[in-house]
Amino acid sequence: MKALRNFIDKQKPHFLPGGRFEKLQSTFEAFETFLFVPNTVTKSGAHIRDAIDMKRTMIIVVIALIPAMLFGMWNVGYQHFLSYGQHPDVLTNFFYGFWKVLPLIIVSYVVGLGIEFMFAQIRHEEVNEGFLVSGILIPLIVPPDIPLWELALAVAFAVVFGKEVFGGTGMNVFNPALTARAFLFFAYPGNMSGEKVWIADKLDTFSGATPLGKALVGNFSNFPSVHDMFFGFIPGSVGETSTFLILIGGLILLITGIASWRTMFSVFAGGYVMGLLFNLWGANAYMGIPAWQHLIMGGFAFGAVFMATDPVTSAQTNKGKYYYGFLIGIMAVLIRVFNPAYPEGMMLAILLLNVFAPLIDHYVVESNIKKRLKRAKLALTN
Amino acid sequence: MSSVYSIKKGLDIKLLGDAEKTVVDLNSRLFAVKPVDFIGCFPKVLVQEGAEVKAGSPLFFDKYRNDIYYTSPVSGKIVEIRRGAKRKLLEIIIETDGKNEMLDFGISDLSGMNREAITEKMLKSGVWPVLRQRPYSVVADPKDTPKSIFIPAFDSSPLAPDFDLMVHGHGDEFQAGLDVLAKLTTGNIFLNVHAQKTVSKVFLNAKNVKINSFQGPHPSGNVSVHISRLDPINKGDIVWYVYPQDVMTIGRLFTTGKYDTTRLVALTGSEVLKPRYFKTPAGASVSNMVKDNVKKGKLRFISGNVLTGDKIEKDGFLGFYHQQITVIPEGDYFEFLGWGLPGFGKWSFSRSFPAFLNPDKKYRLDTNVHGGKRAFVMTGEFEKVFPFNIYPLQLIKAVLVQDIDLMENLGIYEIDEEDFALCEVIDTSKTEIQKIIRDGLDMMRKEMS
Repeated sequence: MKALRNFIDKQKPHFLPGGRFEKLQSTFEAFETFLFVPNTVTKSGAHIRDAIDMKRTMIIVVIALIPAMLFGMWNVGYQHFLSYGQHPDVLTNFFYGFWKVLPLIIVSYVVGLGIEFMFAQIRHEEVNEGFLVSGILIPLIVPPDIPLWELALAVAFAVVFGKEVFGGTGMNVFNPALTARAFLFFAYPGNMSGEKVWIADKLDTFSGATPLGKALVGNFSNFPSVHDMFFGFIPGSVGETSTFLILIGGLILLITGIASWRTMFSVFAGGYVMGLLFNLWGANAYMGIPAWQHLIMGGFAFGAVFMATDPVTSAQTNKGKYYYGFLIGIMAVLIRVFNPAYPEGMMLAILLLNVFAPLIDHYVVESNIKKRLKRAKLALTN
Repeated sequence: MSSVYSIKKGLDIKLLGDAEKTVVDLNSRLFAVKPVDFIGCFPKVLVQEGAEVKAGSPLFFDKYRNDIYYTSPVSGKIVEIRRGAKRKLLEIIIETDGKNEMLDFGISDLSGMNREAITEKMLKSGVWPVLRQRPYSVVADPKDTPKSIFIPAFDSSPLAPDFDLMVHGHGDEFQAGLDVLAKLTTGNIFLNVHAQKTVSKVFLNAKNVKINSFQGPHPSGNVSVHISRLDPINKGDIVWYVYPQDVMTIGRLFTTGKYDTTRLVALTGSEVLKPRYFKTPAGASVSNMVKDNVKKGKLRFISGNVLTGDKIEKDGFLGFYHQQITVIPEGDYFEFLGWGLPGFGKWSFSRSFPAFLNPDKKYRLDTNVHGGKRAFVMTGEFEKVFPFNIYPLQLIKAVLVQDIDLMENLGIYEIDEEDFALCEVIDTSKTEIQKIIRDGLDMMRKEMS
């Protein structure tokens, strides 16, 4: 380690202002602080600091995503071979999917981080870690066969217009990963919905419809079993299918305290309540499915665990998080059942509530202010 | 005992180096009064280098509140008037002559004195600045009448000194001080003890005061927490607060006529060989405390505790309001993949490190920041250690955008920078929150004056 440290210290002057590579200072710093936690000490205020930092926070989210990601890779292979009626062993399935998904991950990271590094340098700031998470989220919420150039375009759009124009990580209004997905969704709908896209290189005669797709057209014959939907043996976006492994990731986030249990819990609660309401209504077969099945279909669980809980774009007050999460759950199921064009509603629900999160916070904070004014008035009259 | 207030939100940071309950005379040669200890004070110096002073001799006064005098804690010679950048007055250093001569301000019978006479005596002797006001934590204004006065009888911060020990055997002086304070307010004097830890009869049997007890993690001992539960500050309200050893100093002024600042100071921290208490007048140099009494290596000397104290040199001086010196290691080292490894043995409030599995472990923490500064990303963290009905993140942002109205609405009068110390410690984004809050308070004070 010492030799590495010495090497870095030797190279450092070249990257400082006035050095040969001063244009790469942010990039250099990003790699330096990646390898070594810096030696800065406290200057003002408290003399000690918590060991946690943004890198730690983000890496835990990435770790929480790994189970769903690995399963997603396997499932890409499994679904592909299934469409041909084949049942190869686990590793064949996995590596088929691995070679499908890896390019998505690489493109997402290279394009996204490239832009992040550029903006950091322009602003003379350190590179933010936020994209470490967005960069892995994006490949997990797209179909396995998405053309790489479309993905690259979407990532660039999300990072520039979803994040950097607002001032970078921490300032953005919309969840960057969902911004990328929404871009693909509206720019290239042919590659983002329908029955063809959810299984990689599928045999044409095989139906590739997702449970949501089937449900929307009221096709409940040979609907996948609850077991298959919960554990994820269904077609879908790469990482969204296995509710079980997503919940394991969610457990990691909750134990470490990185994600808010308030948000996560209330998204599920909102979806369930809306499902119950539809049960009461019961105007068609879709409304009649058990309310909890909404929570294991499509991207609901993935959105609830990894997307809605994004602290930057969610409500920031604890009280606000309940409203925010609950409304996402309600909207997601509502859109699913009522929107004739798109079977899934989670993405739009979260993006919609991203917009309303500051408003929710505003009213929560406003009630606190009112209480304070009331107390002051009361003191005056006494 | 009227009621027990349980503080739920907060955090006790468990550190190595608690002071043993033994008391040693410090016998320091040098003493200093530091104008920077008094927030918002513009000092006008009254002495020159080489001048002879006694305990109670004026050294400087506040240019904008010229009835408030700051006096020497000991008798001796002014050896240095230390100035910093832009000739800012940093320290007036006095070398003691060992005779401990004190100016006589006269023994007085309280019953015959009105409020003016009492404040006059306190102002002239230099004991007045021990009284501070909320909001803003500045020295109290003698022209104000506070709606109540708060005395925290315990400290909940890391390695906190034991207030019971500090007042042990000084019951009369303490009570005399309380009697003086009773004349300064029309409202209550709140003496706030710890529900279990406070056992001293000096506190529990004090008269002329309302005693309430608190329990729970830090900041349960912070005066803002007590005020918020007992007599919340609304816009325009003024509350004073003072610490027990300073109440004793006030008491002595009236019973002996002398400005006698003798007190106990705790020497704490993981790098101290023999952490214990020292008896000394205010403003003493710490060099005798730490000489041959600290471990080797690069060290951080702090006047006060690790959350709110001031960095000093190893021959620096005790701050006016501090009753504790803490010595911890500096943390200017690089750590290979520090954020990515499991991180056994590291301290963290978040459960992203295994530390939460062993909550009773005591730590040797250093001054490393453990990461780079970032924009605010995480939410809901500060609320876990902030026991006020205030939205901390929103208030911090209101200060950053300098929105005076919003700061006021969000409750800036009710808090002090020290209440944000825990937020600052656990902040993932490594923001200097106490500094931001101090700026906000200064901004408000300027706006209101």
